[in-house]
Amino acid sequence: MTQTELNGAKALWAALSAHGISTVFGYPGGAIMPVYDALTFYPEVRHVLARHEQGAIHAAEGWAKATGEIGVCIATSGPGATNLVTGLADAMLDSVPILAITGNVARHLMGTDAFQEADITGITLPVTKHNYVVRDVEELPRVIAEAIRIARSGRPGPVLVDIPKDIQLAPYHGEIAVPHARPEIPAPKPEAIEKARELLQSAKKPVIMVGGGSLDAAAEITALARAWDIPVITTLMGLGSFPSSDPLWLGMPGMHGSVAANRAISEADVLLGIGLRFDDRVTGRVNGFAPNASIIHVDLDAAEIGKIVRTHVPVRGDARVAAGLLAEGAQKLDLPEWRERVAEWKTRTQDPDHWGAGYAVKAVVDRLRPDDILSSDVGQHQMLAAQLARFEKPRRWINSGGLGTMGFGFPAAIGAGMAEPGVRSIVVAGDGGFQMTAQELATLKKYDVRNVKICIINNSFLGMVRQWQELFHERRYSEVYLGDSNPDFLKLADAYGVPAYRADCAEELPEAIDAWLNDPKSSLLEIVVPNEHGVFPMVPAGASLSEMIETEPPRPTPGIEKNEAAEEAKNA
Amino acid sequence: MTAPFDPGQKDHLVSALVRDEPRVLTRITSLFGRRGYNIRSLSVGSTEHPGLSRMTFVVTGDRGVVEQAMRQLEKLHDVVKIIDHSLEKFVDRELVLVKVAITPESRVEVRQIAEDFRARIVDVGRHALTFEVTGDEGKITAFIEQMRPFGIIETMRTGRVALTRGSNADIPSHVYHEGETETLRPVVEAAEARETQAGGVPNLF
Ligand SMILES: Cc1ncc(C[n+]2csc(CCOP(=O)(O)OP(=O)(O)O)c2C)c(N)n1
Repeated sequence: MTQTELNGAKALWAALSAHGISTVFGYPGGAIMPVYDALTFYPEVRHVLARHEQGAIHAAEGWAKATGEIGVCIATSGPGATNLVTGLADAMLDSVPILAITGNVARHLMGTDAFQEADITGITLPVTKHNYVVRDVEELPRVIAEAIRIARSGRPGPVLVDIPKDIQLAPYHGEIAVPHARPEIPAPKPEAIEKARELLQSAKKPVIMVGGGSLDAAAEITALARAWDIPVITTLMGLGSFPSSDPLWLGMPGMHGSVAANRAISEADVLLGIGLRFDDRVTGRVNGFAPNASIIHVDLDAAEIGKIVRTHVPVRGDARVAAGLLAEGAQKLDLPEWRERVAEWKTRTQDPDHWGAGYAVKAVVDRLRPDDILSSDVGQHQMLAAQLARFEKPRRWINSGGLGTMGFGFPAAIGAGMAEPGVRSIVVAGDGGFQMTAQELATLKKYDVRNVKICIINNSFLGMVRQWQELFHERRYSEVYLGDSNPDFLKLADAYGVPAYRADCAEELPEAIDAWLNDPKSSLLEIVVPNEHGVFPMVPAGASLSEMIETEPPRPTPGIEKNEAAEEAKNA
Repeated sequence: MTAPFDPGQKDHLVSALVRDEPRVLTRITSLFGRRGYNIRSLSVGSTEHPGLSRMTFVVTGDRGVVEQAMRQLEKLHDVVKIIDHSLEKFVDRELVLVKVAITPESRVEVRQIAEDFRARIVDVGRHALTFEVTGDEGKITAFIEQMRPFGIIETMRTGRVALTRGSNADIPSHVYHEGETETLRPVVEAAEARETQAGGVPNLF
């Protein structure tokens, strides 16, 4: 084959390039080698070599979450492909547009248990929006175009395209398919909008709740809330869809939601939900959720409406359009009593005032600039960051909400940082979760990424699990102690050539944060905090939002310190 | 043992027009399995339109469960259309093969009953006759009940198949006209009448 002749592998790159894909995250292997070979002919596409396929797909997710554009990742067959599964499930639950490309063994070997063969389309069936095996090379660019369209359209999600090796090598004669136009989003029915408006007009205790499906409707939602003068709650996934600085903002609902958000939901008579799916971490016990409220649910995905909560006014359509329509002709509701009640709840926040994980997270997130992207991993630090960080705009908060994937945060921050090299991409992680994808430090080094700022909140425990054990398992700390075996994070960073800083106490923190953030390179900050620290408020699993525990309950044996807890853990 | 009577649990007859692509059946059944919807019967066959298959299934559950199942199905890329037969007049049929034990004494009576049901004999053995019966569920159940006293050795049912009555086709006309499968786009028109009938969620989509 001459350089100019196309084969399947080249057609793949040509198609990606035609779709404006500038960066892909991946990891090579035998069954995808023709694609990696062809890559050398397409310098316009940057390939980022991760150190694990899971790192690659989370980076692609970070890219997608920060930009709203599709994230692309590539893996080989078998083990490479199965390493993508967690990321696909993550993207599925958080509605992230992802195109995952996997190599597979040649068609004549498929189904024979060939070396590194896995039925990846079978495996990923429940965790992808759609998936394909390309069985004809002439179909390849068309399949890529269709896959990208499916991933981005309607409710976004991951799509996997599996390409057998012989298809990658087969000569290709066709055109390169041009991008599909995004299909039109159905307009909400005027009757539905009218009903919703009527309900809002009659409301005495209204509240608006927005989720991850409203990120691109932030402007319309802000206008809507202000026009009606209705307080707004943003879910974990919706943080940033409404400016935190606005007095109408009540914070996050749910298990670790704010007092104001959860009380407002419990008392509301009208709840307008936009682009959210009433996840159980948000609703608590469903039949205790918004017990007095008529619910208006705006969602693109008809299957979400009425799936979890009874809906009085279903509005199917794009959040932007619907919010725009609902803002039209709005009159400020004059509800002084409701206002006062809500204002009182809003004062019931707990700014961490003594040394601990909350204090540390607050010190970090207080340094955020409006453009900074904040990612988090999963655990206590995630909930603390969600409670304490303030976002003025959407797509600045990146975390794994639906699947709660430990190991997500750091690679996602790399992806987001690469998508927006001009802004700081800060990640908070726990000492547990960071170690699930810590090897991606190599990616920072390899590509000389300079804007990723890693903060490890080191509490020597799998903190969130420990908190549950403390509250619900009589402090039997089974298999959650990490302090005896954690690496020296500074040395670990150093081994990858990443500058690192540490703070052990409140006094050291400001200086350490300065040094860390001012370092011109990507850098790591380890903050060592006391072991036992809970995240509150908390709604116990299975309880309703009104049963929220507002403040940390006193410990049965006060003053238990590091070593004692460690001893207990070891002896357990 | 029969399950305790639950007034909400009903059989719902639903058809899906799907793209004739690998794994379609797995996709659909795994969606049902994961979400815990029970399929009581399922029949699949090709349609007069190349590239399109038709599935008829019977789902058990309350209205809300079936509604949710259908909405989830509509989201699948392979699904072109979902038809809820409870909303319109429809014809449905099921075919069953029933092997009934016979003795010299019962032979005549068994054949007589079969004739009444217009059942065809498809296999004759020394000690058994195998019948083919086609009909709606009620007829088939009645036939089996009639034969039960003689001793039913085996039965095999195909599952129900259904079509809307009248000259309106279920398949949207653009499907016929555009020809190619690849130009098919899911028709995610959440059926309006279905909403109204469902009574739960008002029809405002
Ligand atoms: C891949 C994965 N495994 C297990 C869990 C369960 N889990 C949730 S939070 C948590 C503890 C996280 O500990 P750490 O990363 O140290 O953060 P911390 O809670 O201490 O802030 C665990 C184990 C998970 N969410 N994801």
